[in-house]
Amino acid sequence: MRKLLRAIFLIDLIEGLWVTFHYQRPKYMCTDQYPTERPKVAERYRGAPRLNINPENGETLCIACNLCALACPEKLIVVGSERNEKTRRKELTTFTYDISRCMFCGLCEDACPVDALELTQDFELASYNREGAIWDRQMLEEGPKPTEYKY
Amino acid sequence: MPDTFLDSTELVINMGPQHPSTHGVLRVILKLDGEKVTGTECVIGYLHRGVEKIGENRTYVQFVPYVDRMDYVASVSNGLGFCLAIEKLLSVEVPPRAQVVRVILTELNRIASHLIWLGTHCLDIGAITPLFYVMREREEILNIYEKYCGARLTTHAFRIGGLEYELYDGFEQEVEAACDFIAPKIDEYERLLTGNRIWVGRLKGIGVLNAEDCKQYGVTGPMLRAAGVKWDLRKAQPYSGYEQYEFEIPTGENGDTYDRYLVRIEEMRQSIRIIRQAVERIPTGPIMGKAPKVIKPPVGEVYVSIEAPKGELGYFVVSDGSTQPYRVRVRPPSFINLQALDKMARGSLVADLVAIIGTIDIVLGEVDR
Repeated sequence: MRKLLRAIFLIDLIEGLWVTFHYQRPKYMCTDQYPTERPKVAERYRGAPRLNINPENGETLCIACNLCALACPEKLIVVGSERNEKTRRKELTTFTYDISRCMFCGLCEDACPVDALELTQDFELASYNREGAIWDRQMLEEGPKPTEYKY
Repeated sequence: MPDTFLDSTELVINMGPQHPSTHGVLRVILKLDGEKVTGTECVIGYLHRGVEKIGENRTYVQFVPYVDRMDYVASVSNGLGFCLAIEKLLSVEVPPRAQVVRVILTELNRIASHLIWLGTHCLDIGAITPLFYVMREREEILNIYEKYCGARLTTHAFRIGGLEYELYDGFEQEVEAACDFIAPKIDEYERLLTGNRIWVGRLKGIGVLNAEDCKQYGVTGPMLRAAGVKWDLRKAQPYSGYEQYEFEIPTGENGDTYDRYLVRIEEMRQSIRIIRQAVERIPTGPIMGKAPKVIKPPVGEVYVSIEAPKGELGYFVVSDGSTQPYRVRVRPPSFINLQALDKMARGSLVADLVAIIGTIDIVLGEVDR
């Protein structure tokens, strides 16, 4: 009998609809206004790579040990170095990082012994052509510069 | 009127690979008698990336991020399976703290995977509302991943021997808050769906696969449990300290699509139960075991399987003593479960086939690998 009444008065459907209408309140709106308001990603976010420089004298922290290139599963890092004859130490000349093949696994960051290579919180990596996805040393040190939109 | 007027010829049509309800790039060749399915044939491989071959050309450490990309909805479980396999090969002990954190993250992943399944399955049947709600709950879980390891989908959260990242401040509170947030929402889905007559009408008695057939096809996971078999690798062969937690294995009776829905809903509740127990007992101590820096396992082979959200996920790794595996073979749950499609779909209608594909819970990244 009760089942029949429930069936006649469509109780099951009304219960479901109640849930739907319950969420119509403006309190539950959650749209991000993306280009004007950028989401704040977590501190450990693995985004664009950055080659850190010493803030005091502007020299690179990288010691050209090539460990990141060896750790990378996609083998997309190329470290160029030459030996300084005076100090007998290896010095970084070029550093190439192919963003288009990167899967942001963070293994290069883990391998770096001096915290020079780091994956940062920048996540806007689009470029107008394929060459733009291959980052050189200057690009890695400065980081991407996404357009700021203000309306 | 001649008799041949009502006779219909067999019609062979393609469903997919761009069909929205085949969950990716599955192509099913259907043999139809009118609206009735008389046979199906799956064509897979549109998303084949050769993960097993990639594994032979990478070191053990380097291969871990690739396994995340097979079942991208449950990437943490995939990583756990591979890490456990290599740890067994190396006989490395994982510290208790790392084990508990692994349990928390994989159970959160199980909830996230089942939520996505629920949303897409509802969408196939025609109930669009739950899809938006499940995304909201999944967001809570993905935020925890993002804060913990820095990625949301393909997380690379575990390393061979333990964990790479220490817990961030407030991890326990956030996991508790996520559980408190999700638990009442599961009741809400039930209010939307469980008693809904359209939902029941579309699912009850559709795609029946009894326990005997399940065993013959090698079907595991919620599909097997919906047929009434109490088989869960977390209980049967406990790994990562699952024997310490109290939880139940939900089972169904009829093995139809509706029972699979109920089993998965109940599994989410049980996962929340496990997480709540685990959060209370996170021990202190190291998070990384004594794994060597250059991983060179001894010559041998190992098979380790875990209970992934979709079923038994197994890794068979052969080592030849070098830094790279000689062979990696993955036993993906969706691939094996998909075999039962023909058995379930024969004799049903085309509209029911959509429900049956949805209920298998396939991820084509894992089927094709």
